[in-house]
Amino acid sequence: MTVGIVVFPGSNCDRDLAWALKGVLNLPIKYLWHGEQSILKVDAIVLPGGFSYGDYLRCGALASFAPLLAEVKSFAEGGGPVLGICNGFQILTEMGLLPGALTRNKNLRFICSDCELIVNPGKNLFLQNYQSNQIINCPIAHGEGRYHCDQETLKHLEQNDLIVLRYANNPNGSIGDIAGITNQRGNVLGMMPHPERACDPVLGGVDGQKILKGLVKT
Amino acid sequence: MQLRPSVLDPAGEATRAAARRLGVVGLRKLRIGKAVELELEAIDEAEARAAVELLSDRLLANPVTENWVVSLEQCQ
Repeated sequence: MTVGIVVFPGSNCDRDLAWALKGVLNLPIKYLWHGEQSILKVDAIVLPGGFSYGDYLRCGALASFAPLLAEVKSFAEGGGPVLGICNGFQILTEMGLLPGALTRNKNLRFICSDCELIVNPGKNLFLQNYQSNQIINCPIAHGEGRYHCDQETLKHLEQNDLIVLRYANNPNGSIGDIAGITNQRGNVLGMMPHPERACDPVLGGVDGQKILKGLVKT
Repeated sequence: MQLRPSVLDPAGEATRAAARRLGVVGLRKLRIGKAVELELEAIDEAEARAAVELLSDRLLANPVTENWVVSLEQCQ
């Protein structure tokens, strides 16, 4: 069971993820360079946080055209587990694997703080280790994390139980307090908070561990 | 590219507040967008328009949050 971590120019949470997955959870990892044409032998893929391509144009816009991402798309469409964290979530929406978009925080600030999330596992494959309505602590660090979609999409997300993570105290103005959503099949999860920064007890909490464990259990 | 009217533009709102402090009165709306200038070789206007529209819709703008307009001009 190997987890692939996609690395873009400007990714900065790829090493945090590697530490959480390998250092803390003892899971084999493999770095996948964005310019590669194919994904070799991984069982799950994580798109890490950071500032891929310097956030030029829009966050995640240029990364979604990286050669490797066509492969990631096929992998996800074939049911492979794909987790997008922060910039990874922005990339998933730009690729069209998840609906909506992430926009500038309402208060215009880059917010770096601990955050309480309400988990609704729904159909999501990675969140099955949590209880419904369980509150977990997971840090956020973003300037453009305000989830936006039209009313019709929001209704679709709600009716299909696809809003799997909500902020207990909405920090950025996200519509519906949305912190993370999944696709219909449940194998793609996009979230702004950083579970990899809530894995090592030394960092103050381990609430994120179950998300990464869920990634390999699927 | 311009944020859709339904999308909050916090940078525009902050700039509008600064405009008030500058003493500009009567400013009802201030929305911040982006402009892209490009030169393109094409056989005719229709081909150029098709290319720029594809570019605008799929790469330069995100239709979820932004509207865009194109203006073409012949160069040389």
